[in-house]
Amino acid sequence: MKEETRPCVIPGCFSARRHDDLKEMLDSNKDSLKLEAMKRIVAMIARGKNASDLFPAVVKNVACKNIEVKKLVYVYLVRYAEEQQDLALLSISTFQRGLKDPNQLIRASALRVLSSIRVTIIVPIMMLAIKEAASDMSPYVRKTAAHAIPKLYSLDPEQKDQLIEVIEKLLADKTTLVAGSVVMAFEEVCPERIDLIHKNYRKLCNLLIDVEEWGQVVIINMLTRYARTQFLNPNINVSRVQNWVYSLFRAVSLPIEQSHDAALIYTAIRKILICCLTHVHVSCFSEVQYVVLQNVATMTIKRRGMFEPYLKSFYIRSTDPTQIKILKLEVLTNLANETNISTILREFQTYIKSMDKDFVAATIQAIGRCATNIGEVRDTCLNGLVQLLSNRDELVVAESVVVIKKLLQMQPEKHSDIIKHMAKLTDNIQVPMARASILWLIGEYCEHVPKIAPDVLRKMAKSFTNEEDIVKLQIINLAAKLYLTNSKQTKLLTQYVLNLAKYDQNYDIRDRARFIRQLIVPTEKSGALSKYAKKLFLALKPAPVLESPFKDRDHFQLGSLSHLLNAKAGGYQELPDWPEAAPDPSVRNVEVKESVRAVGTVTYRDTGALWGLQGPQKMEGSEGCSFRRTIAPSSALKSYELLHRITGEGLSVEYCFSRQPFIPDANMVAVQVHFTNNSTSDTKSLHMEDVKLQSGMRVKEFPEIELLPAGETATAVMGIDFCDSTQTANFQLCTHTRKFFVSIQPPVGELMRPFFMTENEFKKEQGQLMGMNEITEKLTLDVKCRNEHAIVQKVTTAANLSRVPCGSDKECRFAGRTVTSSSLVLVTVATKDQGAAQLTVNCEKMVIGTMLVKDILLALTQ
Amino acid sequence: MIDSLFLINHSGDIFLEKHWKSVISRSVCDYFFEAKEKAVDPENVAPVLQTPHHYLISIYRDKIFFLSAIQTEVPPLFVIEFLHRVGDTFLDYFGECSETVIKDNVVIVYELLEEMLDNGFPLATESNVLKEMIKPPNILRSVVNTLTGGSNVGNTLPTGQLSNVPWRRAGVKYTNNEAYFDVIEEIDAILDKSGTTVFAEIQGVIEACVRLTGMPDLTLSFMNPRLLDDVSFHPCVRFKRWESERVLSFIPPDGNFTLMSYQVSSQNLVAIPVYVKQNISFLEAGSCGRLDITIGPKQTMGKTVEGLMVTVHMPKAVLTVNLTATQGTHTYDLATKVLVWDIGKLNPQKLPNLRGSLSMQPGAPKPEEYPSLNIDLKIQQLAISGLKVSRLDMYGEKYKPFKGVKYLTKAGKFQVRT
Repeated sequence: MKEETRPCVIPGCFSARRHDDLKEMLDSNKDSLKLEAMKRIVAMIARGKNASDLFPAVVKNVACKNIEVKKLVYVYLVRYAEEQQDLALLSISTFQRGLKDPNQLIRASALRVLSSIRVTIIVPIMMLAIKEAASDMSPYVRKTAAHAIPKLYSLDPEQKDQLIEVIEKLLADKTTLVAGSVVMAFEEVCPERIDLIHKNYRKLCNLLIDVEEWGQVVIINMLTRYARTQFLNPNINVSRVQNWVYSLFRAVSLPIEQSHDAALIYTAIRKILICCLTHVHVSCFSEVQYVVLQNVATMTIKRRGMFEPYLKSFYIRSTDPTQIKILKLEVLTNLANETNISTILREFQTYIKSMDKDFVAATIQAIGRCATNIGEVRDTCLNGLVQLLSNRDELVVAESVVVIKKLLQMQPEKHSDIIKHMAKLTDNIQVPMARASILWLIGEYCEHVPKIAPDVLRKMAKSFTNEEDIVKLQIINLAAKLYLTNSKQTKLLTQYVLNLAKYDQNYDIRDRARFIRQLIVPTEKSGALSKYAKKLFLALKPAPVLESPFKDRDHFQLGSLSHLLNAKAGGYQELPDWPEAAPDPSVRNVEVKESVRAVGTVTYRDTGALWGLQGPQKMEGSEGCSFRRTIAPSSALKSYELLHRITGEGLSVEYCFSRQPFIPDANMVAVQVHFTNNSTSDTKSLHMEDVKLQSGMRVKEFPEIELLPAGETATAVMGIDFCDSTQTANFQLCTHTRKFFVSIQPPVGELMRPFFMTENEFKKEQGQLMGMNEITEKLTLDVKCRNEHAIVQKVTTAANLSRVPCGSDKECRFAGRTVTSSSLVLVTVATKDQGAAQLTVNCEKMVIGTMLVKDILLALTQ
Repeated sequence: MIDSLFLINHSGDIFLEKHWKSVISRSVCDYFFEAKEKAVDPENVAPVLQTPHHYLISIYRDKIFFLSAIQTEVPPLFVIEFLHRVGDTFLDYFGECSETVIKDNVVIVYELLEEMLDNGFPLATESNVLKEMIKPPNILRSVVNTLTGGSNVGNTLPTGQLSNVPWRRAGVKYTNNEAYFDVIEEIDAILDKSGTTVFAEIQGVIEACVRLTGMPDLTLSFMNPRLLDDVSFHPCVRFKRWESERVLSFIPPDGNFTLMSYQVSSQNLVAIPVYVKQNISFLEAGSCGRLDITIGPKQTMGKTVEGLMVTVHMPKAVLTVNLTATQGTHTYDLATKVLVWDIGKLNPQKLPNLRGSLSMQPGAPKPEEYPSLNIDLKIQQLAISGLKVSRLDMYGEKYKPFKGVKYLTKAGKFQVRT
């Protein structure tokens, strides 16, 4: 520190001379000398020494050819440019040149340094550079651009609007490298612009698994907030913790957007739990344990059940650091209930013998809390604590006294012997807090110990002058109470104590003495209050509630800094409450081009690795064979052909069931029709005509497509009410020149929409759909779908159903309602050993039931 | 997110500082020093501190405090994890993470920090990627560099940064292709006075050392994958295949890495390899105590227990010990009051025993507490959970690699209460 300040005290002369050799080296022609000088300068910076006077000499080298010298100059510039703005401007042109360099690494580092030198004058240049870099070929440069956005924003918040444009552009980026960084920029610059996310929501969810871990954290945080504003609360009764997990899970996993699946929530909670637990154990880093345990402690308050099976994981080892011990103790206390209290108390008994006194004190408090919360063990705890009163360590005794005081307040009449025992302790115990507690107890319950109380006061009056302040206050208190109940014996003593207090050094004590004297000793001047003195002093006091310090923490988001500190940190964003009404889900629908090879069920990681092998360039080059489709919330949607391009003379048409509600009419099934014009001429006025339907069926035609240029594609949505039957809808597809007869026949699984119900509701409804309405089939599952996940996947692909949470893992249940008549469709797949399984379908509409059985059977056995 | 980093040594000197945003004066560390003073033990310094303008998040490892200054809300684990990553990177580059080594390589350290964080947000943290951008120091290169003025800094973007397999660099070549896997299990247990298990659990990791040419795609399968309850993987492992087939399928990073870690839950019965008979007593009258410890094999699955060691943190009042061991050596550190008994191999025919007297500070009261025993041991060629690798297959490359699997069981936090 001393050395460092020296150059500041004598600026120029002394330090300049000292750095002369460095300047010489920097001015030389040899790169090796320059490098040596720069290394020494960087070492100075690292040690925190001032090297700012070398600025002119260093900045000259910014254009140096040697890449390492250049890098070190950058390090120097970033550190000192803010202090020497004018000189720093000299280097700008080099960076501008760097931004145009063919090497992406150089472009990126130029942008990084340019955006890191906080010089206000160059804001416009930075803005320009960021905009340019945002559309750079290299994802690495685009990532750097995303990093530069918050830098510029903190330098000049006025640029916000322009920066948001850049963010919007980068959000649309499809590379994992960029995703994390741009979301970070989004969170820092414009977290309120949630509308920017809509279009990218599903893409981000898909990319999430492949983004690097730091990006994942940021994206998950953002998606959690997003889910909270865009989806309905799945269940009003679930606690905040569950809610939080649910938001998270909803955010990351698309399938549940359709099926309100509570089972998945529980799996998610379990997963997080296990993460927590593994961290508590495996992590050799006590810092990680510290943070995780803080969060666990909060969760255990409301959701004790989740952690109860893992009670033993929180047992304390003598080698744990004290702060970890205390947190584990907190968790154990929160987990205590009637069934496990005996085990926990036995554990606590071993802890009391520990050498770590702070920890012992915390254990005693924990015992006190267990005793208040669980009535059955109150007496056991109290006895245990009384035994501790004879402990040799004063701290232990003191802590026990304080806790016993709190416990006794709950039922004083039963425990006058304990009070007597404690009265005896005043002779030995020196810890002020404990003495004060004992005195308060005796005063409060003096009628239980009428003989001892005056004697204690006598002793205390003797030692009054040597006591600590809190003890003195309690002595005055005791005196006042005794004066009121037993004035014959204690009148003189009280006078004496009050006199001593009157001349005490502490004004608080003097003040109290004066106040009490006025209240209890009747004089002619004393006011109306002294009549009520007894009521004032001997009022029944409510027993204290021993609460966890983590009680009120759950209004902060778990895992956040604010939660840990229990105080709002700068930049903390509240997690909004679930919306009352569901915002429009269609905002997330996007049309994307996707390669045929990207099959929906394969994760990006797997395919990513494959592409890595084949070379990434293939992905972009294959647009010719790509087709368009809406990203479906669940697995890939199956497309059916409506018109082949040969029969359609260049016009090919496909359709699929988008499984989204058809907005104009809820009783219709949404059918997404997809046109591709493969011919060389334009197709005009595409529309429907001459719809032939069975009775009862209805069709809402898609709006006419006026022009479909050659080689282009278009998508339209139509609605068909199939009347819960698989009858075909026939119609003519007309262009400006021709008419084609086409027909749409729905698979039975598309005639329903998911319906959310609980396990109990499911069982109840199933009970009412027995007999004729129930169809059961035995089957042998295909080797590939012998796990729960595969079964769910297969069934939900075959039919538009939602999963019903279920306690056993041997059974999968699904529920839905038919679109037109809203009849319930219940499906159960019960698995047995060796792939044997039983499929049950309960449905009022027997035809639908039979057909559904066939379809699901096919899906599960193939 | 992370504004500044300070490295502070054990005695409280700031020996390195790095700022990613505006410079934060090092006086901010005073709040930390205050907390450190109060905590006595470096392990007890709270990892997160609040000061009027900043939040300080720190970790303590290898006798160095990594202290970061933060200004806005950020998940604390994010920062802690990153700081540990910084430490890991130093370890990876310099072979150790100590004050001397950091001071010696201050320029490389600075370049690394510059590359790892941009504007406080992690930029490149994969060791593979970093090593291509900034070459680790070695003697030959530093000689060459001084002669030619060459540099440690790469001038092209590492391939890993852009590929879909960021953990592996392209163009790996070896003359000997080999893939070794170490299954290492640690027993965490608490035994009570009478020898009953209060709590026991197995933590396992599979450490891999893979030196294979090209882009191999490996599949590792187990005889009994059902044992593994809670698993976490290196990002290279394809999770879908694990879920459906319970095999580990992955394109490995080059060199050493942790493939997976797992936990065998406490619901299963955990075999405890040794039993401990102990008797420690302090006499009420007179200033002495007695100690008698015997260790014997319990469930060792026919393997030998090696590297057996007992550590006891004695109460403050114990001045010296006068003990005799039938096997191994024992030492007692007078300053820290730690008794270490290094036994070595456990011979089932002749059980090791340590007994003798403890002399106490005269006049000191009889200690209330009895010290617990921390046991350390090793069993070669055994994974105590019973986990076994059944086979390793390689796809994507033509050559035949050498393959090997090693098992090792260790004591983790293995404690016997007395």
